[in-house]
Amino acid sequence: MNEQPPPRLAVQAALVAGKDLEIEWRTRATLSRVLPFAGILVVLFAVALDPDRGILPRVAPGLFWLAVLLCALLAFGRSMDLERGNRAGIGLVLSGADPAAVFLGKAAAVAAELLVLEACVGVAMIAVYDVDVRGVALAVSAMVLATTGIAAAGTLYGAMVTLDRSRDSLLAILLLPVLLPVLLAATKLLGSATSGPSPQDRLWLGLLAVFAALYGGLGTIAFGSLFEEA
Amino acid sequence: MNKTVQSSAKWSINAACTADTVVALHDVVSTVDGFPVLTGADLTVNRGELILLSGANGAGKTSLLRLLAGLLPVASGRAIVLGHDLASDPHSHRRQVALVAHETFCYDELTVRRNLALHARMAGATTYDIDRVVLLLGLTEVDGVVHARLSTGQRRRCALAVGLLRSVDLLLLDEPHSGLDPEARDSIDRVVTEVRLGGATVIFASHELDRARDLADREVVMAGGAILK
Repeated sequence: MNEQPPPRLAVQAALVAGKDLEIEWRTRATLSRVLPFAGILVVLFAVALDPDRGILPRVAPGLFWLAVLLCALLAFGRSMDLERGNRAGIGLVLSGADPAAVFLGKAAAVAAELLVLEACVGVAMIAVYDVDVRGVALAVSAMVLATTGIAAAGTLYGAMVTLDRSRDSLLAILLLPVLLPVLLAATKLLGSATSGPSPQDRLWLGLLAVFAALYGGLGTIAFGSLFEEA
Repeated sequence: MNKTVQSSAKWSINAACTADTVVALHDVVSTVDGFPVLTGADLTVNRGELILLSGANGAGKTSLLRLLAGLLPVASGRAIVLGHDLASDPHSHRRQVALVAHETFCYDELTVRRNLALHARMAGATTYDIDRVVLLLGLTEVDGVVHARLSTGQRRRCALAVGLLRSVDLLLLDEPHSGLDPEARDSIDRVVTEVRLGGATVIFASHELDRARDLADREVVMAGGAILK
């Protein structure tokens, strides 16, 4: 056998992310569930809020992130299902993968899927709600930072509830309150991107960055014990 | 007094851990969700031995293998595997150990080769190692088949292939013969013998006692989470 030293953490994380994205590419299991759901939400919001009053462009940022958060719950469930089947995730750890790399890889893969989802929901809302995006750079920054935080927290909480029979509802109950600061900051920033910049935009961006770093760090430390218990 | 007893027990377990000792368990208790799955296990296994774990369902065979792989906690007692104390460090020995369990540790959506490649990269193994285990376990024909489409026997061989990708000092097999036809059982036995001849220690649980006793150097009987003999 020609064994080499184990790959570094970043390489391991890239392998895990690549594996998750390859499975998604082969099966379309997440996006085939999430995209129709997001489309229905966009239409339902429009019907419920009555487009004739012109309220939709004003509330579009909040509706956008609500749709993303609800769809993200499905993505997190699917992400942990992959590791539960045949105990494949534990197998990777036994083969030498660092649990922190598994966390980082899975969070990165979910983040990539969510960014695709956000692009689709964004285009749909621009078309259906007649939203005008003036600050594209601000919108993209908010989406990247918020998505990183959502993916990190969701992957961590996904591992936490994975043994529970009612894990899908439990994940929603535990995760959505935690994501309130992200919802608030990301909605404010997307509001600025559509209606004009605000002096507080930097603060909101800072909050999103701190949230992403906090849950990225927490997940790197705590994911291993949660994951192996599962 | 207690301290004397404890230090004496510690001394004896350390004394048992010579360079040739791969596993040294002394009065090991392990619990899952508060339920004891191992209730005072004592076991010493020397380098190069091929050990059969036998016992009825629920005797603790799978739990013992999982503990040795570092997947179950040591609640009390002393567990030394390949020189590592599992109570304080259940992870460091993993690179030297392979567990082939009931589950295959493979992703249903990926092909056999892609699964092996993923495990190989994590383990620091090479394409050569993948080709070697594919040939060794007769997986060439299903190399490009998605794991979900494999038969039970092919899955068992795929699981064994994952475990044999890297050179290990301790191979743990949980019922490697279950669900296999006689030909596949023979091929598993040949592979286990080859691994053992390569210098690895093998501990395997089995209900196929006649076949397993022919293969093993020694039988360890378990019941109620403890080792009887």
